[in-house]
Amino acid sequence: MAGKDLRIELRSRVATNQVGPFALLVLILFAFALDPDRGVLGQAAAGLFWVAVLFCALLAIQRSFAVESTDGARDNLRLSGLDPAGIFLGKAAAVAAELAALEVILGTGVVVLYNRSLHGPVLLVVTCVLATIGLAAAGTLYGALAAGLRVRETLLPLLLLPVVAPVLLAATRASEAALGTGSGDGWAWVRLLGVFAVIYVAFGVVAFGPLLEESS
Amino acid sequence: MRSDVTTRVLGTLSIAALALLAVMALVVTPADVNQLDAVRLIYIHVPLATVMYAAFGVTAVASVLYLLPRTRARKWDVLAGAAAEIGVVFTGLVLVTGSIWGRTTWGVWWTWDARLTTTAVLFVLFLGYLALRRVGGDPDTQARRNSIAALAAGIDLPIVHKSVEWWRTLHQKSSLLDEETFLHPHIHGSMYWTVMLGIGAFLLLFAWLLIHRYRLAKLEDRIEDEDLERALAERRAEALTGSP
Repeated sequence: MAGKDLRIELRSRVATNQVGPFALLVLILFAFALDPDRGVLGQAAAGLFWVAVLFCALLAIQRSFAVESTDGARDNLRLSGLDPAGIFLGKAAAVAAELAALEVILGTGVVVLYNRSLHGPVLLVVTCVLATIGLAAAGTLYGALAAGLRVRETLLPLLLLPVVAPVLLAATRASEAALGTGSGDGWAWVRLLGVFAVIYVAFGVVAFGPLLEESS
Repeated sequence: MRSDVTTRVLGTLSIAALALLAVMALVVTPADVNQLDAVRLIYIHVPLATVMYAAFGVTAVASVLYLLPRTRARKWDVLAGAAAEIGVVFTGLVLVTGSIWGRTTWGVWWTWDARLTTTAVLFVLFLGYLALRRVGGDPDTQARRNSIAALAAGIDLPIVHKSVEWWRTLHQKSSLLDEETFLHPHIHGSMYWTVMLGIGAFLLLFAWLLIHRYRLAKLEDRIEDEDLERALAERRAEALTGSP
């Protein structure tokens, strides 16, 4: 499972070359949309960061299942005798690793471009880790659901974005607390992110078996 | 599979109940002291919301029944889809009536209140579910995919609700809407019974619509199967007669 994980990482490096720059581009576009001089940008930094992460997550997930749509790789995966739960965890871990790398790029971008400073680094890191796990788990689940369908490019965002709405909400509030722009207790939101991550990882482990069978 | 006695009775009953509701809501019950006639929206808004919950409840239960190996049958998936379609329509109506009500009493069409936001997310979640149902493919894989999607969306709801609730209470308390007094006003006897009647009437309507939608979906399935069989039979007949 770990080996497969790494192989996907290697294959996806191509994608990261495009998704990473795309993330930075989104940050710059936000600056155009919200006038940086009026302080709106700094206030909204946490929210913009997570919206950018969400969009990049969509790309990463599409990519993660696109690499398997060719050459019957999906069937080979099933034939490999790996446990579906293992495949799910492996794919989710790969997506999570990609997202984590992206978040580092984006985070640096936010600090530099939006002129924010860190107040609670621990809180921010924990938030990122939990939100990433939740996003990756839910994303992998829906990615598998939509994989192989003709309309997946449009269907995946429609299915996934409402489901991860609480992640966006909680991660944004927690990051605001960490960046010092928001009020309230960031850790309560972190707990919510934890619950989300646990639920979707567990659901994915259970549901991935039946989902993989369907591709035949 | 023509309409039978049960559905005819159900249909007649629900129409009669809705007519009675209209009379009760518009004529018999008094206007509210504060909200005046706008309060009459409660007789349709609350029942619509009840049906919305009932419909998505049916979808969730039917999806679970489909996924359990012991009770796996195509009919559960069909039922889940039928209920979800009705649920989405009613959610739309809940949002619309709520919006109209909000405009007249709070002065705004929309506020980011916990309940409103959750309902909006619910609406989009199940629109996605319906979109997924339409993509086609092998019926069994499709049914499995649908059921998993319904459940994945279903378990999201409590989290959405919780997060949105926290979100709103952490920020300033919405001054427009004091939920406790707003949603549980001092209800008069006749008003209370009219709300109850409304809930009953709309649940009857829901059951009626659900049965019809379910039958329709079953018939659609049958058409597909029979078309295929007929085409096969024709082809076979062709081969036997040796026609070109």
